[in-house]
Amino acid sequence: MRVRLERRETTPVSIQILLPLGAVVVALVLCAALVSLAGVNVLDAYSILFLSNFTSIYDVEDMLVKASPLLFTGLAVVVAFRAKFWNIGAEGQLMAGAVAAGFIGERTSLPAFGLVPLMVLGAAVCGALWALLPALLKVRLKVDDVVSTLLLNFIMLYGVTALLEGPWRDPRSGYPNSPSIRPEAEFPILAGHQVHLGIVLALIAAILMWWVLSRTTLGFRIRAVGHNPAAAEYAGIPVGRVIIIAALISGAMAGLAGAGEVGGVRYQVTEDLSSGYGYAGIVIATLAELNPLGAIPAALFFAIIFNGAGTMSRSLGVPIYLADVIQGVALMTMVAMRLFVGYRLRVVRHA
Amino acid sequence: MPDALVTIFEVGFFAAMVRISTPLILATLGELINERSGVLNLGIEGIMLLGSMVGFTVAFYTGSLWLGVVVAILVGAVAGLVMSFLAVVLGVSQHVSGIGMTLLATGLAFYFYRLIFGQPGVPPNIVPFEALPIPLLADIPFIGPVFFDQNVITYIAYLVVPLTAFVLYRTSWGLNLRTVGENPRAADAAGISVWGMRTQALVIGGGLMGLAGAYLTIAQFNAFTFGVVSGRGWVAIALVVFGQWNPWRCAAGALLFAALEALQLRLQATNILHVPYPVLLMMPFVLTIVAMALVSRNARAPASLLIPFRKEER
Repeated sequence: MRVRLERRETTPVSIQILLPLGAVVVALVLCAALVSLAGVNVLDAYSILFLSNFTSIYDVEDMLVKASPLLFTGLAVVVAFRAKFWNIGAEGQLMAGAVAAGFIGERTSLPAFGLVPLMVLGAAVCGALWALLPALLKVRLKVDDVVSTLLLNFIMLYGVTALLEGPWRDPRSGYPNSPSIRPEAEFPILAGHQVHLGIVLALIAAILMWWVLSRTTLGFRIRAVGHNPAAAEYAGIPVGRVIIIAALISGAMAGLAGAGEVGGVRYQVTEDLSSGYGYAGIVIATLAELNPLGAIPAALFFAIIFNGAGTMSRSLGVPIYLADVIQGVALMTMVAMRLFVGYRLRVVRHA
Repeated sequence: MPDALVTIFEVGFFAAMVRISTPLILATLGELINERSGVLNLGIEGIMLLGSMVGFTVAFYTGSLWLGVVVAILVGAVAGLVMSFLAVVLGVSQHVSGIGMTLLATGLAFYFYRLIFGQPGVPPNIVPFEALPIPLLADIPFIGPVFFDQNVITYIAYLVVPLTAFVLYRTSWGLNLRTVGENPRAADAAGISVWGMRTQALVIGGGLMGLAGAYLTIAQFNAFTFGVVSGRGWVAIALVVFGQWNPWRCAAGALLFAALEALQLRLQATNILHVPYPVLLMMPFVLTIVAMALVSRNARAPASLLIPFRKEER
């Protein structure tokens, strides 16, 4: 009789839920050391980190507003990683979408009633195109997608800076910002004071993506390519084309995050529009175990952390960057713990 | 225009190229050692940032630049050890664990910088490493001021390139490392510890990344800013591919990228092209992607790159 480590065939739903919760708890416990180094009571800090999001209805709305781009970039990473297209470029694709939305929203020549749908469409298309480039480079020229998507982030960022400091600078502003979009281009508020269209679009996108990935041929192909490209190729799946489609969907999602920020929050394009949403998307997608519906609670959680860290920093002086540390630790803990539940101990009896 | 070209490509330009190439050479060789053992370390960008912050802070408070260098190397090595636990011992996705490391190290660097220095209007600064002209060699026309009138860490980088090549290709340790990267099962059968070699590679590589970061804040510049690394780590990963996993070619690639960077800075200063500065900043990144597109089809990465090694699995 001996004990053997065996790969689980399927992961029970309870574990799929408990695992990210466990990762988050471990991350918070580890980060407590940092909080106490700041000379602050950990319980005070953590109660502000979480509860400040729920003190008034405005705080809850703030949290939902913050969750919208996070859910979009999380979905962008989910679909890309499902196809093993390592898109670390959601940050740049978000900016591509933001520029498109800001540009369309500012056009006075366009009819007012079609502005918002046009902004959404334009942002999705531009985000998708910015992701198409690294996908084509990968499929056609075997350029490593991690490197190309990362470098394209910088190219996009410098490009946007060039626009905002040059031809697209708002002449009435002292800052490198684009002119404001027209009032008709501002996303409609669907509830409360700030719950804008982008939030609802993100939820719809999550449900749609779940349906596509789990119920359609395209979803099956994406998963097959991600699981084993050689086997997928052998089974007659056009691997290159599937990777390109996954990349297009991924870029479109990130682009929509940019549209939401321009149309629903800032009403103009700024250099600091994406404060790390692209990288946060990787954390969210991983905690969600690449499940589009799981990305919803994961995005809400990090919206709480980001907004809460801001409040905590203002009221207690704990540096806001605690949120980044929590992200990193949660991500690493998640993948480590994922491994342990992916296997189980099994007692093997010999006859 | 020819006059302007002369002012751009004078001795100072090439000296700047060598100065700018130093952190790229160190980081690229660190990443190369990692990848040669079969591990892609996407933590590089964060490890460099942490090294730059820690090196600066130690130098600022102790007044010793060398102590800053040593602590930055140690911090990088510890980060390599953490990567090893995740990517080698546990064998989780190298992509995800590397991004996690970059997020963690970046967050730690920002967190502690803010905690220690607050939000000063002018970033605190130090007196960085000064140029240390090498007697006789520095007097050679052109070559002297370009290569032998640099700071001491640049000279260390000169030594690290042949040393890496020698260790990789001429020692049994290097042979073991390459075998682990190409065929871990064969290495294991020959009695080489795959996990051990990969861990050593990550620790050494992490140390080099930490040193590369420290160079930025205590040699190239004299202060820590949040954007001090700004993609140099990611460029190093591209340079490893561009250099085909060979230390000499990687160093040459780093010099080439540094030349673009130096050119970009010169063009910003002289503004003879009347191109906005962000476009100039973008240029080296664009050309890096173009270079990747040209070489990637024939690139042959170490065969076990990205594949975790588990002894019991076949």
